Amino acid sequence: MNTDKKLWLKNVILLLGAAFIYHSGFSQNDTINSYTEKIPGSQVSIEMVPVPGGTFLLGSPEAEAMRDTDEGPQKEIELDGFWIGKFEITWDQYELFMQKENILRDSILSEVALKRDIVADAITRPSPPYEDPSFGMGKYGYPAGSMTQFAALMFCKWLSTKTGKFYRLPTEAEWEYACRAGSNTAYSFGDDVAELDDYGWHYENAQYTYHKVGEKKPNAFGIFDMMGNVAEWTLDHYYPDYYEKLQEEDLKNPWSKPVALYPRTVRGGSYDDDPDMLRCASRIPSNPEKWKQRDPQIPKSFWWNTDSPFVGFRVVRPFKELTQEEQDTFWAINLDED
Amino acid sequence: MDKKLSINRRDFVKGSATVAGGVMVGGLPLESSAHPAGTDTLKIALIGCGGRGTGAAVQALSVKQDVQLVAMADAFKDRLDTSYNNIVEKITDKNRINVPDKNKFVGFDGYKAAIDLADVIILTTPPGFRPIHLEYAVKNDKHIFTEKPMATDAAGVRKVLEMAELAKQKKLNVVVGLQRHYQTVYRELIKRIHGGEIGEITAAQAYWNGGGVWVHPREAGQTEMEYQMRNWYYFNWLCGDHIVEQHIHNLDVINWVKQDYPVKAQGMGGRQVRTGKEYGEIFDHHYVEFEYADGSIMNSQCRHIQNTWNKVAEAVTGTKGRADSSGTLYDLNGNIIWKHRDNDDPNPYQQEHDELFASIEAGEVINDLENGAKSTMTAILGRMATYSGQMITWDEAINSDHRLVPDSFGWDVLPPVLPDENGFYPIPMPGITKVL
Repeated sequence: MNTDKKLWLKNVILLLGAAFIYHSGFSQNDTINSYTEKIPGSQVSIEMVPVPGGTFLLGSPEAEAMRDTDEGPQKEIELDGFWIGKFEITWDQYELFMQKENILRDSILSEVALKRDIVADAITRPSPPYEDPSFGMGKYGYPAGSMTQFAALMFCKWLSTKTGKFYRLPTEAEWEYACRAGSNTAYSFGDDVAELDDYGWHYENAQYTYHKVGEKKPNAFGIFDMMGNVAEWTLDHYYPDYYEKLQEEDLKNPWSKPVALYPRTVRGGSYDDDPDMLRCASRIPSNPEKWKQRDPQIPKSFWWNTDSPFVGFRVVRPFKELTQEEQDTFWAINLDED
Repeated sequence: MDKKLSINRRDFVKGSATVAGGVMVGGLPLESSAHPAGTDTLKIALIGCGGRGTGAAVQALSVKQDVQLVAMADAFKDRLDTSYNNIVEKITDKNRINVPDKNKFVGFDGYKAAIDLADVIILTTPPGFRPIHLEYAVKNDKHIFTEKPMATDAAGVRKVLEMAELAKQKKLNVVVGLQRHYQTVYRELIKRIHGGEIGEITAAQAYWNGGGVWVHPREAGQTEMEYQMRNWYYFNWLCGDHIVEQHIHNLDVINWVKQDYPVKAQGMGGRQVRTGKEYGEIFDHHYVEFEYADGSIMNSQCRHIQNTWNKVAEAVTGTKGRADSSGTLYDLNGNIIWKHRDNDDPNPYQQEHDELFASIEAGEVINDLENGAKSTMTAILGRMATYSGQMITWDEAINSDHRLVPDSFGWDVLPPVLPDENGFYPIPMPGITKVL
C-alpha cells in the first residue's frame, strides 16, 4: 500500500494540476491539459495532449483527389475524449520496453523497483531483432519502427502497467479524428498538397528516411507528424468495407475488433509514401508477406517486421478510466491472451 | 500497382534510363501440381529442422517445379516435429509433403538415411556439421541448398573447397544461403560498381551490429552435449562465433564487390556485456581490419549488445564515388547518382530456391560453394585475428590445423569445450590464445 500511495503522489505531481482535477471527478466542461508522463525507472518521458470528445465525419468524400474506395461512405462518428501522444513513440521510449529500463533503474539511477515495475517486468518483451530495426536511419529522437502491431500493443500494456494509467493504440476513428483536428479537408491544413512539406515527411521530401519527431508543424490539436514520417498502427482490424458496414449503433466510439493477426489498419502514411497516402482518410492494411519478407525463419517473429521500418505508432489514453477488469478484458481481446 | 499491396515504393532512378528490377518472377503463390508425385518429381530432404530449415523447406516447396519433401533429419525429435507441423501448415498443396514417420530421422547420424532418399538436399543445421553433411551429399550426387556459413574451422573450409571441386566435376547445383547474391538491390548495385560507376574500390565497411540471439536455459538431466546442441550459437565448434555465423553476410558482400578475398587481417574483440555462463564462449564484439592484395582495407565491425547503435549494412568507397547497401550510389560530394527502390523486388530467400530448381530443371549448373567456402574463411580469419590479437595471413589461416569440430558425436560424448566447476567456459584471450 505504501508504495502505491507514493506512486499516486508522484503521479499527481507529474500530471500537473488539471489532471488532478480530473481524477477528483470533473465535468466535460473543465479544461483538460497536456501532461508529461515520465516512464518510471528512466529519464524518458512521453508528452500527451488532450483531444476533446466530439463528432466528425469519418472518411473522405468521393470527390477527394486520389481517394480510395475504402475511405467511404463517410459516416458521422461520435467519440469520447482522450489524450494522444504529441509525437510518435521514439526509440528512446521503445528501447526501455526492450529491457533497457531494468538496467537504467537498477544500475544507473539506483531506484528501487516499485510494485508496478515488478509486475511490468514480468510482461513478455521483444525478442532481439534479426537485423537492425532502425535500418541505420537513426534512433534517439527518431520514431521507432519495424515493430509488429502485437509488439506495439505489448508496449502499451507494459506502459500501462508501469504507470498505472491505461494506454493503448488509437482506434482508426480516434486516429483520424486526432489527425483532422477539426478539419474536413484532405490534409489537416487544407487540400493544397503544396503545403504538405510544412507538415509532413513523405517520399518527395524525406530523402528516403524517417526524421526526428516534431520537426514539422503540428496540426490544430498540437500533434506532430500525424501525416508522414512513420505510418502508425491503430487498434483496428482492416476491412475495406468497414464504413459501409457501420450500423447506427456502431457510430459512437467505433472499433473494428481484431479477428486475426492480419490485416490491421495503419494510418498516416510515411516517409516512403507518396503525398496522397498521407491524407487524413487514407487507410493501409498490414501486409504479412511483404512486411516480413526477409524474416528467414518459420515461424516468423511475432515482434518484428523485417520489411516495414516505415511503420511505428503513438499511444492514446482515454479520458474515461477503465477498471482493472475492463483493462484485462481489453488486453485479452487484443493480445489473444487467455 | 495497387497501393493496397504495399506502402508504395517504386524504382527510383536518377541520371539513368535503366530501371532496375521488375524482371524477376516472384515465388508466390504456389502453383498446384495436378498430378501426384511422378518420376519427374524432385524429392527433397531437409537436414536441420530449426526455424531457418523450416523456412528453407517451405521456400523449396513453393517453387514451380514438381517437388516433394520426402525426408527430414534433426538431432532433436521435438525440433523435427515442430518443423514438420509448421511446414504442413504453410504448404497448401499437401501432395508436396510425403514424410512418413519412418522417414523422420532423429539423432546425429540421421542425415545419411535422409539424404539417401532424396534428389535435392537442404542443409540447415548449425554450421559445425556442414562439411560432414555436404561431403555426404556431394559424394552421393545430390543437388544442394546449403545455409551459410560453410564451416566453423579451417579444416572444414578445406573440406568444403574439396567438395566444391567435386560438385563442379559432377555438375551438381549448389546454392549457398548468402542470399544477398539473390537479392535484386545487391545485384543491381554491384553490377554498377563492377561497371566502374564509382571507380576503383579503395575502402570498404561491413557491419552487423545487432542485439544478439536466443538463449535456452540449461535443463535438469541434459548432458553437456545436449546443452551445447540446444545452445549451439554460443559454442565455436558448432557456430563459429557471430562474426562467422552472421557477419559473414556483410564480409561476403565486400568480397563480391572486390572480386577477391583478403590476404591478411588484424583486429580486436571481447566480451563486455554478454559475460554470463549462459553465453558460452563467444565474444559480444569484434572489430577487424582486413587487407586485400591491392592494399585496400575492409573495416568490419560486428556486435551483439542490446540497446546500442544498430547497423547491418555494407558500404564501399571508390575513386569516383561511394556506394552503400541501401542501394545507393553517390558521387564524391555525397550527391545521390543512383538509387534502387526495392519493395517490388522478389523475396531473396525465395529467389534462391526458384533459381536452384529452375537450374536443375534446365540441366544447368549453379555452384556457389567456392565463394561460400572462401567467404566463410574470411570470417574465420577475422575471428582468428580478434581471438589472438595477432596479424594473421590468409595462407596461415586456411592451412591451420587447429580443429574445433570433433571426430565423433553422441549425447554422452564430451564436447570439445567444457565448463569449469562454476559453469563458465574458457574465453579466448587476445595475446594468449593460439588460433593457428
